[in-house]
Amino acid sequence: MADVTFTVNGKKLTAPAGTLLIEACRKAGIEIPAFCYYPGLSLQAACRMCLVRQEKVPKLQTACTTPVAEGQVFITDSEEIAQARKATIQLLLGNHPLDCPVCDAGGECELQDMTFKYGAGESLYADAKNHREEQQWSPAVYYDRPRCILCYRCTRMCGEGMDVWALGIQNRGVRAAITPNGRGAGGEQAWLDCEQCGMCIDVCPVGALTSGSYRYKTRPWEMNHVSTVCTHCADGCKVTLGVRQSNDGSEIIRADNRDKSGINGDFLCAKGRFGFDFVESPERLAKPLLRNAEGKLEPATWEQALRRAASKLKEVRDTRGGGAIGVIGSNHTTNEENYLLQKLARTVLGTNNIDHQRTTDYAAFAAALAGHTGKAASLREAATAPAILLVGGNPTEEHPLLAWQLRTNVRLNRARLYIANAKTIKLERQARAVQTLPEGGYAKLAAYLEEGASDFSKAVAGEESLLVIFGQEFRGADVKALVNWGLKRGNVRFAFLGDYANSRGAADMGLLPDRLPGYVPVSEPGAFAEEYPGLPGTAGRTLPEMIEAAAAGELGALLVVGANPAANRGLDRAALKNTFVIVVDILLTETAALADVVLPAASLYEKTGTLTNTFGDVQMVSKAADRAGVKPDFEILVRLAGAMGADARQLVPFGAGGMTADLGQSRGASAGEADRHAVWLAANNLEPKLSPFDPLAMLDEIERLVPGYRMDRMNLLGGNDVPTEPGLSPASSLVGAAPIVPAHNGLFTSGTLGKHCTALKNLAEHQAREMAEAVAK
Amino acid sequence: MSQETMSLFSPQLAARLDALVEKYPRRRSALVPMLLYAQDEVGYLSDAVVAEVAARIGITELEVRNVATYYSMLRFKPAGKYNVQVCTNISCMLRGGYEILERFQQELGIGPKGVTADGLFSLEEVECIGACCWAPAIQVNYDFHDELKPELVPGIVDSYRGKAQAEGGSSHA
Repeated sequence: MADVTFTVNGKKLTAPAGTLLIEACRKAGIEIPAFCYYPGLSLQAACRMCLVRQEKVPKLQTACTTPVAEGQVFITDSEEIAQARKATIQLLLGNHPLDCPVCDAGGECELQDMTFKYGAGESLYADAKNHREEQQWSPAVYYDRPRCILCYRCTRMCGEGMDVWALGIQNRGVRAAITPNGRGAGGEQAWLDCEQCGMCIDVCPVGALTSGSYRYKTRPWEMNHVSTVCTHCADGCKVTLGVRQSNDGSEIIRADNRDKSGINGDFLCAKGRFGFDFVESPERLAKPLLRNAEGKLEPATWEQALRRAASKLKEVRDTRGGGAIGVIGSNHTTNEENYLLQKLARTVLGTNNIDHQRTTDYAAFAAALAGHTGKAASLREAATAPAILLVGGNPTEEHPLLAWQLRTNVRLNRARLYIANAKTIKLERQARAVQTLPEGGYAKLAAYLEEGASDFSKAVAGEESLLVIFGQEFRGADVKALVNWGLKRGNVRFAFLGDYANSRGAADMGLLPDRLPGYVPVSEPGAFAEEYPGLPGTAGRTLPEMIEAAAAGELGALLVVGANPAANRGLDRAALKNTFVIVVDILLTETAALADVVLPAASLYEKTGTLTNTFGDVQMVSKAADRAGVKPDFEILVRLAGAMGADARQLVPFGAGGMTADLGQSRGASAGEADRHAVWLAANNLEPKLSPFDPLAMLDEIERLVPGYRMDRMNLLGGNDVPTEPGLSPASSLVGAAPIVPAHNGLFTSGTLGKHCTALKNLAEHQAREMAEAVAK
Repeated sequence: MSQETMSLFSPQLAARLDALVEKYPRRRSALVPMLLYAQDEVGYLSDAVVAEVAARIGITELEVRNVATYYSMLRFKPAGKYNVQVCTNISCMLRGGYEILERFQQELGIGPKGVTADGLFSLEEVECIGACCWAPAIQVNYDFHDELKPELVPGIVDSYRGKAQAEGGSSHA
């Protein structure tokens, strides 16, 4: 809409007509307080905190519901307004307990801040406050009724934002209270039957809704906050971890994203918000383990463990050749670690027997897009694209952020969502048109859309631009067919859904037996092979082939990094009879239990690096927590190579500009400034990489040698997501069917990590009980 | 909800509710009158009533409860067969509304919001019933009794007791 000019506090402001005054003021740096107003949600005008004086209007107006128009004159800050806001706070404090010293929100409470600002410190009410006991609604959500100021943020977030509608407000006046939808096993207890995302807790401006995992654990100001990326699904939500010193390092106390940075803004699902307690699971490894003469795993020193692993790898390589060694990589380790792992396998171990637990056929996607740049979509586009075709997948369960983006886009921008799926999925509630596919109908989908005979395909064809998001149902030739249909149609961008935090990165970095980094075929090598001559020239074994080879006694050694093929790919003790197994992992997994050497690794929350989400957006991971005894996979791999006699400098290009760096002496970097310091160093052409254990030392090489990974480094280091370009991968043909096994993790499961998250298990049990209750009814 | 499916309500009420939801641009606008009619027939808003009304409109039970709990005239527990509503707003209060309420309490042996053991009477204190000119006034179900004095109360109670006996049976229908 056209811009209008209006006056606020004597200052001329300009904003598009119809902009809400509160938003226009905030953009201009004029703060208007509000409890009930929340950007993106419907308007409530319940709290009366945003009252402003508008010229020629007899009463004070709520800025959150006043659209600006030409020539209006407002006063947002005066004696009268301060008095009005103070009176509002006095009313809110009528029943609000002054238990701030023990309240979770104390120190980051909006009511507390406003009371401080407007000074309603003295209560004018003589009556005793109404007290109610707090209620537990689920393992994740607690409600402290007297603290509630009835701003309706939680009910709107749950309904409009999440499309769950599990919260309501019942009764009226002083008796009004937030009420959950479930009534529990006894019938009378208030229970929450929902997705347990915790968004209600997150948006609560006071301490009325508190989190099961965080409540009464700490005071907000005792935590340090580290912005990193969630370790669970492949959406790559940015998450801010609140960490605090503990006896053996530093512990994670809370996860949220209140600064609204990143792709996800303030959104997090149950996994991102509550699924961090695996880091302190009792099965967490803290010491290297070696299998002793009795066949039992026993603690050892890092030196013993690395020496044993390295000598065995060296022996197998030197006597039986690299082909007798297998390497299985991870969906959870960083790009730098994955790149290093494949480099270690190919240049030090001399084998192409490298794979990971593939959940999506990214190689087919890259092959289909080869030569077509600008066709891969970022996850951000799901929130802005005018038309989206969602084929397969179930974002609500498996990609909560994507589902959130799509719902938000439909609600706020009236985006048109088209869904073709063999199953019924919840997002159909937001869809413009739905096409139910027969089992196996995905293969024929491109032809069906091409034909344009049905209303559905006509509607899709009628869209000027289209974001096509497709699920793991697509493999190999089907991916190619769909992408080709889109490329032919024109003005289409694509996204392919995968399962884990860095599934895409694992494939992009070349944890594949037939592909080097960037999907370069091993048979037609490019830059990577030129820089590192002498790579094995034939494709190696896939994961299932490695397991077969081990069973046939053809595999002398197997290195497994952050993967659990024993739990979900049928690897067992019998198959490994003649294979020396080295496992690098954070937990004593089923696979680690079979190993001869176990090396304890740092989790994703305990290291630095980059991740690539399933949309190809790369983000920085920053070290938040710390754990005594563990090392990042990156360091473990470098040490392992070093123990084998490899030159660390060949493996990790560190200290290229000499061994000096500005480590802050010139500007006094202090705690918390490290990230900004890195930006400053980069801008001044200084070299921060002095150690072979610095994963960022690998970033230059990744940018140089992996097609599509030339990134906007300043943006990346600044904490933003930067896109990659799969269209730059070389054209190549696919050989055979890729061993793809989708994990189909739901809202409360996350592969092996999920099994070790008590918080997620509790939520899953709670929801299973709710489901059973609902069925019994 | 089609007529064929099992309904808690009489065919007449079911038909009335079916017509009601179609009457408004948004189905949920029919919620409050639906609850009122359902309460008149069933006596109170039981879990089953809430569930059926929610299903008829196509909203969640939680949403029905959000609205229903707002209104003091909608109740979630059975009232007596004769629900005595004593007005104590300003006109009635000035003309002795509280004495009337007290007399009913003595006569029925129950307090406000109570139900007699035989389920015949319930008593509640209500806001203005629009009979200020004839204060103090009470409403028993939809019948008005006005210009009351405490000594008239036993007669009113007896008349309803007689009515109940004439209909044969003392408990709630």
